[in-house]
Amino acid sequence: MFNVTRRQALAGGGGLISSLLLPQRFARAAAGSTLNIAYNVNLPSFDPDVGPSSVNPTIQAIYRSIFDQYVGQKPNLAFEPGLLTGWGWSDDKSKVWMDVRQNVVWHDGSPFTPDDVIWSIQREGKPDGGNPVSFIWAGIDNFKVDGKRITADVKQYDPVLFKWMAFLTGYVLPKAYYEKVGPQGFEKKPIGTGPYMVDAYEGNAYLRLKANPKYWGGKPAFETVVFKFVPDATSRVAEIESGSSDVTLEVPYEEFDRLKGKAGLKGVVTPISDIGQIFITNGGVMDDKNVRLAMCHAVDKETIVKRLLRGHGVPIATLEAPEYAAFDPTIKVAYDPALAAKLLGASGYSKEKPVKFTIQTTRGFKPKDYEMIQAIVGMWRNVGIEANIEIYEIAKHFELRMSHKLAPAAFYNWGNAIGDPTTSTGFAMFSKSPHSAWHSDDLDAKIGPLWGEKDEKKRIQGWKDVDRYIAEQGYILPLLQYAQPILYKSDLKVTPNVSGALQPTLVSK
Amino acid sequence: MVLFAVLVNRMALALLTLAGVGVIVFVLLRVVPGDPVAMMISPGAGPADIAALKAHYGLDAPLATQFWIWLRGVVTGDFGTSITLHLYVTEVLAARLPATVELATLALLVAVLLGGTIAIVGTLMRRSAGETVIDGLNSIMLAVPDFIWALALVLLFAVALPVLPLTGRIDPALAEDFTTRFYLVESILTGRFAVAGNILSHMAMPALALALPLAAVIVRLLKQSLKEAMVQDYVLLARIKGFGELRLVLQEALRNAVGPTLALTGVQFTFLIGGTVIVERIFSYPGIGNLAIDAVINRDFPLIQGLVLLFGLIFILINIGVDLTVAALNPRLRHA
Repeated sequence: MFNVTRRQALAGGGGLISSLLLPQRFARAAAGSTLNIAYNVNLPSFDPDVGPSSVNPTIQAIYRSIFDQYVGQKPNLAFEPGLLTGWGWSDDKSKVWMDVRQNVVWHDGSPFTPDDVIWSIQREGKPDGGNPVSFIWAGIDNFKVDGKRITADVKQYDPVLFKWMAFLTGYVLPKAYYEKVGPQGFEKKPIGTGPYMVDAYEGNAYLRLKANPKYWGGKPAFETVVFKFVPDATSRVAEIESGSSDVTLEVPYEEFDRLKGKAGLKGVVTPISDIGQIFITNGGVMDDKNVRLAMCHAVDKETIVKRLLRGHGVPIATLEAPEYAAFDPTIKVAYDPALAAKLLGASGYSKEKPVKFTIQTTRGFKPKDYEMIQAIVGMWRNVGIEANIEIYEIAKHFELRMSHKLAPAAFYNWGNAIGDPTTSTGFAMFSKSPHSAWHSDDLDAKIGPLWGEKDEKKRIQGWKDVDRYIAEQGYILPLLQYAQPILYKSDLKVTPNVSGALQPTLVSK
Repeated sequence: MVLFAVLVNRMALALLTLAGVGVIVFVLLRVVPGDPVAMMISPGAGPADIAALKAHYGLDAPLATQFWIWLRGVVTGDFGTSITLHLYVTEVLAARLPATVELATLALLVAVLLGGTIAIVGTLMRRSAGETVIDGLNSIMLAVPDFIWALALVLLFAVALPVLPLTGRIDPALAEDFTTRFYLVESILTGRFAVAGNILSHMAMPALALALPLAAVIVRLLKQSLKEAMVQDYVLLARIKGFGELRLVLQEALRNAVGPTLALTGVQFTFLIGGTVIVERIFSYPGIGNLAIDAVINRDFPLIQGLVLLFGLIFILINIGVDLTVAALNPRLRHA
């Protein structure tokens, strides 16, 4: 029987305690510079092409560190060559061609080839493969390779196809390696062609990456990057304030304003491609155009942004943020409570006899989401709208939206990192999309022809016209473009990304 | 022999309990709003795409068929594949459980040591101003939940006096290899005391946040029991023999007073395990508590089902362990 004397127990305890207090010398993974990022979400899966993680916009910064996309994207949302150095359509728009980048190697040293591109697209397009946007990739078929050029047939012209190659699930994975290790093996030891390689990973704790010395885009600035998964905002603030992390993002605006001027820290807040809006569901009182327009004209977006969000945000009149391709600054919806009251009066409503409906909102899912809705409900009350606030979880929102059972009004945010109108106005307002709340034939008739419009100028103008029509009809209530706060140590330089992806390659010393 | 029979009986009941829990959570998950496909479906997807995703995750079959498939798997030790992690649920749970076990065990040790010490000091200071102060502080400890302690500790030891690391289980910069997922135990057993120190420094705040409310419960109950024991005849006899107050408390009163405290500590320990969900989240500690939050947010049905069964098994085993320990310490209970 193993006996421990009191003296031995005290000695062992003292040893442990002193090891806590004394400076610690360990074999450290980082020889050279290390960047510690207190990140706001966990990374559940290393597969950027299937499953829920693949369509989570917040995780894309991590995926872009390890993998490369077919088409790259600059911080200002402009597109640039990725693993494809050139791409295009045939004149009759029935075929696509893609030129594959040369002299690229995977993290295990094996060469990157056109076969990897073809295999990745085919895998993404399998209807039973678990890719949530398989319908985008499934339309590409009959691949042929000639040197570095791939050509393929396309079942139906999609003007946004190559933009999707810079968007969700648009990543190239290694065919030979993946087929050898299988999906679970890939999860445990993923490889890509990206600027960083996976060195160590502890789910819900951290991901340690080391620089890829053979990266085609040049060796990154930091030898080691550690993503610390810190979903709790208070903890992220503590991480940056204590100096434990070098960069963090998505902290409360009050904390950002407090810390950005603190010695040793800097901050930058940038409007990103994320917008907030109130969905309007057709049916009931919402079929009354006067009610819808009154809702829109009664909301003072400038004041909401200035007072609730401390000026961090941009009021918008349509579902197109200023950086989007179909943004039209001439479309305006004025804050005019007198007009709102007049519109309601025309339908028999007033402050004494208000129109009543429910508005659903999350609480804490986006910055000040519930507080914004409280403010809006107050503004509505002043003109003759009595809205009852119902709080729900984001999962319930998705479920209700998919089954077209949202309340007459529902707050939500919308991300659109490629800035194309199909992925904002299109998907939010076309009745056949599972994500739309407003269903009406007049709007579908205007949107329908734009899906396959081959003339790009005509297509963009078409979307602008749709946005104008939506604003005139009050089919949705766009609120604001979100701004992303980033705090970082003052000896660093951070280039904000309008897509919201805080990639380590955008941080330098 | 009697104890063995009791153990067998309790295990049989445990299996029935787990079966009931499994059925309830399976049905509830599919009844409450939100499913994983709704969470990930793309805006441009049509009904066929939605159907394909549901089929991919086995959510298109009738409820009874889904349950039968799951039950058949559970009986053979296959809890399915996590929708979000793309790994076998059993593998994921096996990887994360040791972190929570170590954290909960450390928290329990801290709670017992702290609570026991304060209770003994309070007993020694009974009927004095010191006891009033201890009771007052203990009331505060009792009233403050673990997650508030967690936030207070973050402000104190990570921001105001940054002496402890805030997140994770180990310094990400360390290039240490572990054979098991019991990092703390393995590093101690392999003589890597510096690594163990690093791990302990990461566990310090979450363990303390979990321990303080339990310590307060221990203080209250143990002090009361000790005070009652201190007026018993056997203690009076020992006092007459000339033994000091500390010896009376530790060697005479404590062994008789500890029984009820032990039983309640076991029950409270299950609440401590439950508390790991929020505390692990705050400290980004990679245990099953933190995993549970992500599983629920993402509606990862297989993972949620596995976690609920695991938590259920832990609670049952803790209760059995407490009963056996109390019976072992008190022979009168062995034949009850």
